[in-house]
Amino acid sequence: MRYFLRRAGFFLATLWAAITLNFLIPRLQPGDPAEAIVSRLGGQSQAIDPAQVESIRKMLGTPDGNLLTQYGDYLAAVARGDFGISYTYFPYSVTHMIGQGLPWTLILVGVTQVVSFVAGTLLGAWAAYRRNSRVDSVITLGSTFVGTLPFFWLALVLIYVFAITLNWFPTGGGYGGGSDPGWNWLFFSDAFQHSILPAVSLLIVGPIGWIIGMRNNMVQTLGEDYARLARAKGLPRRRVALTYGARIAVLPNVTGFAIALGGILGGTVLVESIFNYPGLGRMMLEAVSNRDYPLMQALFLFITVGVLIANLLADLLYGVLDPRVRREEAG
Amino acid sequence: MTTSLPIQPVDTEQAEVAAVEAARATKVPGWFVILWRNRKCRIGLVMLAVFVFVALLAPVLAPYAPRDNSFTASVGPNGSNWLGTTAQGEDVLSQLVYGARTSLLVGLAAGTLSTVIGLAVGLTAGYLRGLVDEVLSFFINLALVVPVLPLMITLAAYAPVKGLWLIIFVISITGWAYGARLKRSQIITLRTRDYITAAKFAGDSTARIIVREILPNMTSLVVVGFMGACLGAIGGEAGLAFLGLGDPTTTSWGTMLNQANTGGAMLTGQWAWLIAPGVAFAGLMTALTLINFGVDALSNPHLRED
Repeated sequence: MRYFLRRAGFFLATLWAAITLNFLIPRLQPGDPAEAIVSRLGGQSQAIDPAQVESIRKMLGTPDGNLLTQYGDYLAAVARGDFGISYTYFPYSVTHMIGQGLPWTLILVGVTQVVSFVAGTLLGAWAAYRRNSRVDSVITLGSTFVGTLPFFWLALVLIYVFAITLNWFPTGGGYGGGSDPGWNWLFFSDAFQHSILPAVSLLIVGPIGWIIGMRNNMVQTLGEDYARLARAKGLPRRRVALTYGARIAVLPNVTGFAIALGGILGGTVLVESIFNYPGLGRMMLEAVSNRDYPLMQALFLFITVGVLIANLLADLLYGVLDPRVRREEAG
Repeated sequence: MTTSLPIQPVDTEQAEVAAVEAARATKVPGWFVILWRNRKCRIGLVMLAVFVFVALLAPVLAPYAPRDNSFTASVGPNGSNWLGTTAQGEDVLSQLVYGARTSLLVGLAAGTLSTVIGLAVGLTAGYLRGLVDEVLSFFINLALVVPVLPLMITLAAYAPVKGLWLIIFVISITGWAYGARLKRSQIITLRTRDYITAAKFAGDSTARIIVREILPNMTSLVVVGFMGACLGAIGGEAGLAFLGLGDPTTTSWGTMLNQANTGGAMLTGQWAWLIAPGVAFAGLMTALTLINFGVDALSNPHLRED
């Protein structure tokens, strides 16, 4: 129980820190942040839209109030889920736009990461099971090499080969012009076809961390005394590998999954921008290039909180899977 | 840690003696001999040397200035522009050569800066323990879970000037946590050793114990951490530059890919403009990864090769 309380406490503390960080970042620049942003917008050739100034004022709170009252107003707004009006997608609210982009990112990241995790763990276990064999060196050296490739570059090469040269898949977007988003077959098949190349570029690099982590963990667990005992008492090799080696070796990968999620979401930003995919990552970049600060801030907070929730879930799952952690914390 | 040889204590001992002897004969430091004897690491060192050579001699080796836009725009590889030209009419090969400078500079500077931050935080937390450790560990764990690229994007978007040093700064303050955590757990196991207790009883100051007794035992961890930070920094710069958030006046492999993507390299079929920066990037990353195998062998004699 103490373990779960500690994890929940860490979650709440990090949540508060992330919300506060989000409050502080725009205020790090010298002078009145709202003035600074507005004057920078004025430096652009385009005229300043009063709605934009309004949304920035709203995001940053009253300029004449002190930092503490601004912080209080900000916390209240976050609690209400009120992040102001998006300038890029005027008159929609920031919350509405996040709701629009969320399903796309959630499905793309969810599916590719679960597949990466399962495939990577299996390949890593296979390499450890056949340690120092040809299979092992192909898997470890192959994943080390692929890991050095910049994966946004892989995505560009995929577009060049499969979308432009071979014309098998669309070059980007979430769905074609012929279908409307909705619960109909045409839209789903269209969206599926558009998601293949982004998914493949995430899947090429996705399993690598899991392969290397699983292989190294399992080589270690197979060398432990209990695995040696299992072999000595004549259990089949496969059974020793699965129930004595792999079962324990997979545990660090579970917490690894949550920590890696932050990096994965960063990768998703790149992939979504390359494929013009209508998810949160591309929305964030669009917000940056349009200087839509309210949308950008809210997206940063939203993505961070998503990662924190995933971390909490992984920690709780880890506590269920591995009784040792619970006991250590209690002792 | 991906290669593991069978444990042969006698052989590694002999190898070590041989390494020390070889070092004595040639007046080369012992650590370099161990690195050089590892085949993968040797390949990595040679590759890195090539990149450093190209970066240092960029003005001599590059056929033209990287921003010289006096060529026919968007043409494929030909006699005067070996890798073709960009949509602005710049020479791709010259940009590639100058790009090595940016990547190495960012890797070195941001790698050093985040190693220093990680070392300071990790050592303080691990050595002092108690409340200081609790607070610093919280910040380490926080920095580990905050998604790095969105944070980099947010910080870069607010920055009033977009210079290369800003990118280095942003990468460093977002990338120090992993190393800090490793160093903290290492120092926790080191601080209760007998020789530390002896040094304490001898009246040495905390600073002296950390610098003279503990740090020398963490060298390989610091070096591995530095290499990892370099890899992360080079990747981070390429990613930010590719997204158009880098320094627009610097030529880097990331900005090259950004311009190839937006400049229609794929539609005009300029494969060289698209492929070259990626291959150069992968080559540098491979070099650093291979060297890391050898650095692992420095700390773990079982991994040494002859």
